[in-house]
Amino acid sequence: MTSLRDESLGAVDASGPRVGVLALQGDFREHARILGELGARVTLVRRPGDLEGIEGLVIPGGESSVMDKLARAFGLAEPLRERIRDGLHVYGTCAGLIMLADTLLDAIAGQESFGGLDVVVRRNAFGSQNQSFETDLEIPVLGERPLRAVFIRGPVVESVGPKATPIATLADGRVVAVEQGGLLGTSFHPEINGDTRFHEYFLSKLRSA
Amino acid sequence: MSTAETGSSRVKRGLAEMLKGGVIMDVVTPEQARIAEDAGAVAVMALERVPADIRAQGGVARMSDPDLIEAIIAEVSIPVMAKARIGHFVEAQVLQALDVDYIDESEVLSPADYVNHIDKWAFNTPFVCGATNLGEALRRINEGAAMIRSKGEAGTGDVSEATKHIRKITSEVNQLKSMTRDELYVAAKELQAPYDLVLEVAETGKLPVVLFTAGGVATPADAAMMMQLGADGVFVGSGIFKSGNPEARAAAVVKATTFYDDPSVIAEVSRGLGEAMVGINVGDLPAPHRLAERGW
Repeated sequence: MTSLRDESLGAVDASGPRVGVLALQGDFREHARILGELGARVTLVRRPGDLEGIEGLVIPGGESSVMDKLARAFGLAEPLRERIRDGLHVYGTCAGLIMLADTLLDAIAGQESFGGLDVVVRRNAFGSQNQSFETDLEIPVLGERPLRAVFIRGPVVESVGPKATPIATLADGRVVAVEQGGLLGTSFHPEINGDTRFHEYFLSKLRSA
Repeated sequence: MSTAETGSSRVKRGLAEMLKGGVIMDVVTPEQARIAEDAGAVAVMALERVPADIRAQGGVARMSDPDLIEAIIAEVSIPVMAKARIGHFVEAQVLQALDVDYIDESEVLSPADYVNHIDKWAFNTPFVCGATNLGEALRRINEGAAMIRSKGEAGTGDVSEATKHIRKITSEVNQLKSMTRDELYVAAKELQAPYDLVLEVAETGKLPVVLFTAGGVATPADAAMMMQLGADGVFVGSGIFKSGNPEARAAAVVKATTFYDDPSVIAEVSRGLGEAMVGINVGDLPAPHRLAERGW
């Protein structure tokens, strides 16, 4: 029987960069579809062996505490940490930003991140779902047109270390997107509103690396 | 639109998108909520009684005590859902005021209105609703539901109704995909659903919102089967805390939901879980006690 889930990994372009999407939990299929449509060769990553041959990785939105538990239980966390240290390009949205942060605030007891981004990230920084929102954000690296950013029980970057650079802030000055070499993290979810500029930006950096 | 906006469809449906591939667990105390979060639940459903106890004890089942809901919200950092009775818009207003993350307008509680469901567009907090078929799902989405769960038969530990409902919804969507425009008008009439939503489903081949499965899931294999049948995620009600070893079973169901297509993982996590909930065969339930038939 045919599943209703969109299982498409997009069009296959044999020359595109190999990009993994962490598929333990969350909206990984949305990322996979967009990356595929932009010409990447997409693989879903759940086990250490799935990391072989990938040049970039996207960590989707979802529940960071669940991704952390499953990544450790199935032996993925340590090899992924190593790949990030060795320069793997990674883009994380929301829970993905949490997983990339070197330091977490308001995590559950014992929660770990993969790390890599020299930032302190606070989980659920806006409160409950009633405080979730969408807003227009100026993001100079993506051009002049503002991006409609959707924040779902999102995190914020509480402090940015010397290695990382903020690339978007809310009107009140809170940092919601950061970049550090091949690492990119956003508090919000470009994958759910049809704006593919962040994915294009991530892939263009990967192609020129 | 340049200002910040809460409660938009994208924001409401978006939280359900983030729950995909996860397990939402019924809990009746803060201690159970802690066990659920530690086991890898993606959200918890705060209740006074799990469906198996509602079934066993009988009487009118209502929204939970606000103190209990607040204690559970205080205990965990994952999203907290809570149930309002079908049509009971004031219970829903209370749950929104308590700042729950999702409201479940649920047939597991006693209905408060045998004609109307809640106007869910009137709320900032998103709603999940049950459905046994595509027409029911689309009627709920038309009323503002931001997430659908197939109903199954809650509190039984018998997964057969959950199987029936997810298969029914999937096959009805697949039928719409093969229809021509003129046939879709008739399909909308027969499904008793708005034409625009029927057309959208026919064109996209899926529901406009996330679809979880619920009702009778009691083992890791049950959860994996629902995922293989096309669910975006799984609700487990009585199945965890009515079993012999809730901690182990909860963690096993989470792993089986992620690795739903890998029988070796499902076999591994199914070992040594102790007793599953005893359960009731749905066929042994007299019709008036079948919760899935509530909702219209």
